[in-house]
Amino acid sequence: MSLLKLKDLVKSYGSVQALKGLTLNVPEGCLYGLLGPNGAGKSTTLRIISTLLAPDSGQVMVSGTDALLDPLSVRRQLGYVAQEVAIDKILTGKELLQLQGDLYHLNRKQRDLRIAELTTRLDMKNWIDRRCGSYSGGMRRRLDLASGLLHQPKLLVLDEPTVGLDIESRSVIWSLLRELQEKGTTILLSSHYLEEVEALSDQIAIIDGGKVIAEGTPNQLKKRLGGDRVTLRVREFSDEDESLAVRELLQSIDGVSEVVINRSQGFSLNLLIDDVSILPQLRNHLEKAEFEIFALSQSRPSLDDVYLQATGKTLMDAELEIAGKRDVKLESKKAMR
Amino acid sequence: MSSFDITSTTQPLGRSYLSEITQETLALTKRLFLQLFRRPSTLIAGLLQPLIWLLLFGALFSNAPDDLMPGGISYGRFLGAGVIVFTAFSGALNAGLPVMFDREFGFLNRLLVAPLRSRSSIVFASIIYITVISFLQSFAIMATASFLGYGTPGLGGFVLVLATLLLLVFAVTALSLGLAFALPGHIELIAVIFVANLPLLFASTALAPISFMPTWLGWLAALNPLTFAIEPIRAAYSGSLDLGTVLLHAPYGDMTGYGCLRVLLVLTFGLFLLIRPLLNRKLA
Ligand SMILES: Nc1ncnc2c1ncn2[C@@H]1O[C@H](COP(=O)(O)OP(=O)(O)OP(=O)(O)O)[C@@H](O)[C@H]1O
Ligand SMILES: [Mg+2]
Repeated sequence: MSLLKLKDLVKSYGSVQALKGLTLNVPEGCLYGLLGPNGAGKSTTLRIISTLLAPDSGQVMVSGTDALLDPLSVRRQLGYVAQEVAIDKILTGKELLQLQGDLYHLNRKQRDLRIAELTTRLDMKNWIDRRCGSYSGGMRRRLDLASGLLHQPKLLVLDEPTVGLDIESRSVIWSLLRELQEKGTTILLSSHYLEEVEALSDQIAIIDGGKVIAEGTPNQLKKRLGGDRVTLRVREFSDEDESLAVRELLQSIDGVSEVVINRSQGFSLNLLIDDVSILPQLRNHLEKAEFEIFALSQSRPSLDDVYLQATGKTLMDAELEIAGKRDVKLESKKAMR
Repeated sequence: MSSFDITSTTQPLGRSYLSEITQETLALTKRLFLQLFRRPSTLIAGLLQPLIWLLLFGALFSNAPDDLMPGGISYGRFLGAGVIVFTAFSGALNAGLPVMFDREFGFLNRLLVAPLRSRSSIVFASIIYITVISFLQSFAIMATASFLGYGTPGLGGFVLVLATLLLLVFAVTALSLGLAFALPGHIELIAVIFVANLPLLFASTALAPISFMPTWLGWLAALNPLTFAIEPIRAAYSGSLDLGTVLLHAPYGDMTGYGCLRVLLVLTFGLFLLIRPLLNRKLA
């Protein structure tokens, strides 16, 4: 069953159309990754889910409740950790959590118990009683995550949770997210880190230009790209005739496709295989034909390849392209309530 | 970690509307006070400034002829009410600033994502905070006034002071919060506060009675909300407190103490009603 359903979300900021009919289903208990370059519409989507922003049109259902009709009960079930951490510098971390607990109407005993639990779990003991103004980015993120989890939400929404974090904070956050998921919390996180999404997510949607352009498990997405990549060298420096012969041989094997000769790499061969189980067979064929195997490497397609396939550009290019067009200051000004 | 249980539900059932609103309002109020106590300079300045006013302004006219002020009271005694009201007024006018900063820094979003039973809690918290501070300020002013020999308002007068301040603080806080949501940023808000503050002081009866003023200024003073708060409090300082007597000789006619309070009351509710749609829209 889907815990979260987004249907045909459309949202414009003035003349900028941020979402152009975004549809997404997040199954219950899933850790769902929303992958997209800068400006793809990730934050806009998550802000709509968190009831901060109303879409121009479309539907948002959180565990059967229409978020546009009954935002209050959606807020109760939802933990939202925004992209920019907003803390009160003058409060201590603990005071901020206490405030948060009161805003979610926990009774005092539960509240303090939860604060103690999360303080331990997120390793915040040493600094939780210090003022937030002195925290590093990683500390703020952890505190923000704790405040999103205080009321034990059914659905946790995280906007780029580990961007720019130190390794320690990142690993603390990752392990907590995994644990939460094991215990049944549904998590939706956005990222433009392939690595992060790939390491954590059961399911992924790639969004670009305000729309979902591909979705599925990381494996499914990669499979759609046609299996693993293999690079083969029969000798350290082969020649044209030899490589052509090898290519002919390889093309005759079932499950091998797109054999390409890479002249600039000493006539090595690049090919796609449907499955790793083909590899022994491939070695056999080569040995029988008395080709040596100088080097054979195999790699799974990365999500970067998936992204490239879906959009025709790499994530990096997409980011560079949009970076010049945005006025971040103006956006945050316009996003003010 | 076995104690870390995600699945159990923590939503306490059957909590009443009122108790949830109280909880969130108190939590937000507590935050404002923590901010205040950790930046005590604002508090100290807020307490000292009116006392300096009282001391310096009171001294300015101490050798003036005895019958200068209406009713023959000393200028210091005349001034006390003005300082009390003006201090509360400027405090309340600043109420929107923390809210504006919360908007700008995105902290407001944290509140808007939370399942607040009513977002009026954000408004209530500001009102409570400002009211407590202006009460503290006026206690300090009244104590200093009595120390300087400018008299005391008496018990009935004391209650009257608090009630009047309550009305004024409500109205001005609502106005300031409305501005905090209507204006684009803190620079604009500070500009409005700056521009509104002193002219409203000078065009009121805080520093001088209407009889001292040219007609045009008299008109302004007689329409200025501050005047309607100042006159009843001044009456409490000038001896026997009788709100039925005429306190204000305005160009449009005489106003009794009750008349002044009634205007204040209407103004407070009027402003509240006027600003509510804006707050509701911004906080919807
Ligand atoms: N408040 C705003 N006012 C105007 N335009 C906006 C505003 N917020 C976002 N946009 C625009 O809407 C589009 C989507 O923005 P959004 O913040 O949702 O992207 P994102 O995927 O979260 O990007 P990032 O990776 O930078 O966080 C962008 O083109 C952006 O410029
Ligand atoms: Mg974003």
